[in-house]
Amino acid sequence: MTAVPVPPVSLATPAPAPESRRRVVDTRGLSLTFQTADGPVYALSDVDIAIEQGEFVSFIGPSGCGKTTLLRVIADLEQPTGGDIQVNGVSPREARLGRAYGYVFQAAGLYPWRTIERNVALPLEIMGVPATERRERVRQHLDLVGLGGFEKKFPWQLSGGMQQRASIARALCFDPELLLMDEPFGALDEIVRDHLNEQLLRLWDKTGKTVVFVTHSIPEAVFLSTKIVVMSPRPGKIIDVIPTDFDRDRTLDIRETPGFLEVAHRVRQGLRAGHSYDD
Amino acid sequence: MSSRFDPWCAVATVLAILALAFPVAGGEAPLLWWGAPAAAGGLAIFLLTVLHFAWRRPTGAGHNIILLAAVAVGCASALGLVHGGGAGGHTTFGFWLFVFGLWAATWRGLDGLAGVRSFDAGRQRLIDLSVPVLFGLWLVFLLEVGTVGFGVPQVLLPAPSMIGARLAGSLDILAADFQQTFLKAVLIGYAIGCGTGFMVAVLVDRVPFLQRGLLPLGNLVSALPIVGMAPIMVMWFGFDWPSKAAVVVIMTFFPMLVNTVTGLTAAGAMERELMRSYAAGYWQTLFKLRLPAALPFVFNALKINSTLALIGAIVAEFFGTPIVGMGFRISTEVGRMNVDMVWAEIVMAAIAGSAFYGVMALTERTFTFWHPSYRERR
Repeated sequence: MTAVPVPPVSLATPAPAPESRRRVVDTRGLSLTFQTADGPVYALSDVDIAIEQGEFVSFIGPSGCGKTTLLRVIADLEQPTGGDIQVNGVSPREARLGRAYGYVFQAAGLYPWRTIERNVALPLEIMGVPATERRERVRQHLDLVGLGGFEKKFPWQLSGGMQQRASIARALCFDPELLLMDEPFGALDEIVRDHLNEQLLRLWDKTGKTVVFVTHSIPEAVFLSTKIVVMSPRPGKIIDVIPTDFDRDRTLDIRETPGFLEVAHRVRQGLRAGHSYDD
Repeated sequence: MSSRFDPWCAVATVLAILALAFPVAGGEAPLLWWGAPAAAGGLAIFLLTVLHFAWRRPTGAGHNIILLAAVAVGCASALGLVHGGGAGGHTTFGFWLFVFGLWAATWRGLDGLAGVRSFDAGRQRLIDLSVPVLFGLWLVFLLEVGTVGFGVPQVLLPAPSMIGARLAGSLDILAADFQQTFLKAVLIGYAIGCGTGFMVAVLVDRVPFLQRGLLPLGNLVSALPIVGMAPIMVMWFGFDWPSKAAVVVIMTFFPMLVNTVTGLTAAGAMERELMRSYAAGYWQTLFKLRLPAALPFVFNALKINSTLALIGAIVAEFFGTPIVGMGFRISTEVGRMNVDMVWAEIVMAAIAGSAFYGVMALTERTFTFWHPSYRERR
């Protein structure tokens, strides 16, 4: 809405960004306070963040730092109590009603009475996509996440990793601009998680989506992101924003390179500065 | 092939041998086993079979079926003894030791059959079905030899054979009663009660004040005693089946309402937020998420109601009815001491009730196959 070219506030991004990159998420002084019986809980305090089209941004921080809350505010699943937020240049509510994002939860959340195929088709059914196109898109996206051939299975017949892949296909199949992921691999074991991290990176590279990714794993954040947002709890605020510039076709091997370790070190420093390691 | 000692068959053997030493029936002219050569032959076949299996425990379906076949021969000779064999009414030790021997062998045979695992699904189904059927037949046998063998007066407890004969002899009356009570009062009342209960539940779920205000009132109505409601329904809706259907509606409405209201809250927060993220409307969320998630609860109510409805309709007929109906028949025939007819009605009610319940349970399984309690079967 604001056409005034305000430079990103409080972001240490060196911004080699192409001039015409659109802001997908833009917040100013965003705060959210939950009123509870034990008094107010400051989940978010004065959060300024800008996420541009095509970026892969990770929010990292300890439990209670507000990273999930921030993601939920972007998705219009939580209402902020102060500040401004725009998603795709409009309010989060309008963005949600315009089906601007696909949301991947910590658990796959597939409906057990639907086959994998029909689970992925669910958002398309709701959005009124005709059956033939629905079938085509489902097939395409199941192939994209490597689940071709599992169309007729029920979710509970698949492993946790496969279920989560199906939920990613479901979030992508209606072609939203923005993919919001809330610790999607948090419940999976490390080996599966590594594998899915690589796949997700390929997927991001191929589709050019903007991804906002919540995690509490430092290697995961560093490996996946173009920008890492380090947050601290009580009140939830941003400590540091760390840009990375690894090759887009990187593999897990970069985790042993000095460049990777340097970024990981900076993330850890940020977490320490935010008292994340205090008892 | 293991050849292990089997205590159940051994007990059966010992009991059958002991039975030979005692008379079958007392009274003025005691009946000994050699006085009833046919029954003694049956006993001998049974004895040889259990003796064999006492040393080689029956394994697999085949052995257990042979054992149970020998039990059937034994049961047939016991029935022959009490019916026309001269032992009816004054059976003694010899007879009962034999029955206990049969009991031990039945236990072994059914236990063995229940443990059989087959990779062939159809075969497994047959075995799973045969165990309860055979056990039911065994209980009927016990009841038969018990009532006839001890000469129990038929007013107290008619023998199953007598009830069966009465059932077969009055099919026309039973069919008319079934049609009046089950096909009209029960089915129509059930459909209306469950249907309105379900729709009111969806409405209650939509309107918060109804949830707070109507549900407590609903509990009050569901606590109304049926014996109090039935005469009032007769006054309102007349003597014929509509008043009985009304009682069934009252009985089935609230289990369905309460279960559906609970079921509509069964969908998890994440699944709802998913719908929200797709900007799905109320009805879309209802049909694609909340109702499917509520199905296990809805079917629970359908199953509970299937038996409640029959009880309600039969009891309601005690308070005024045309001269047809299962409840009417029970209340009049018991007054005329025709207890076998009462039992025939009870048997029919039990069969109709279980069949109704069974149909509901099967439907449930096809619709909620995804529920964790059914999953491992696929």
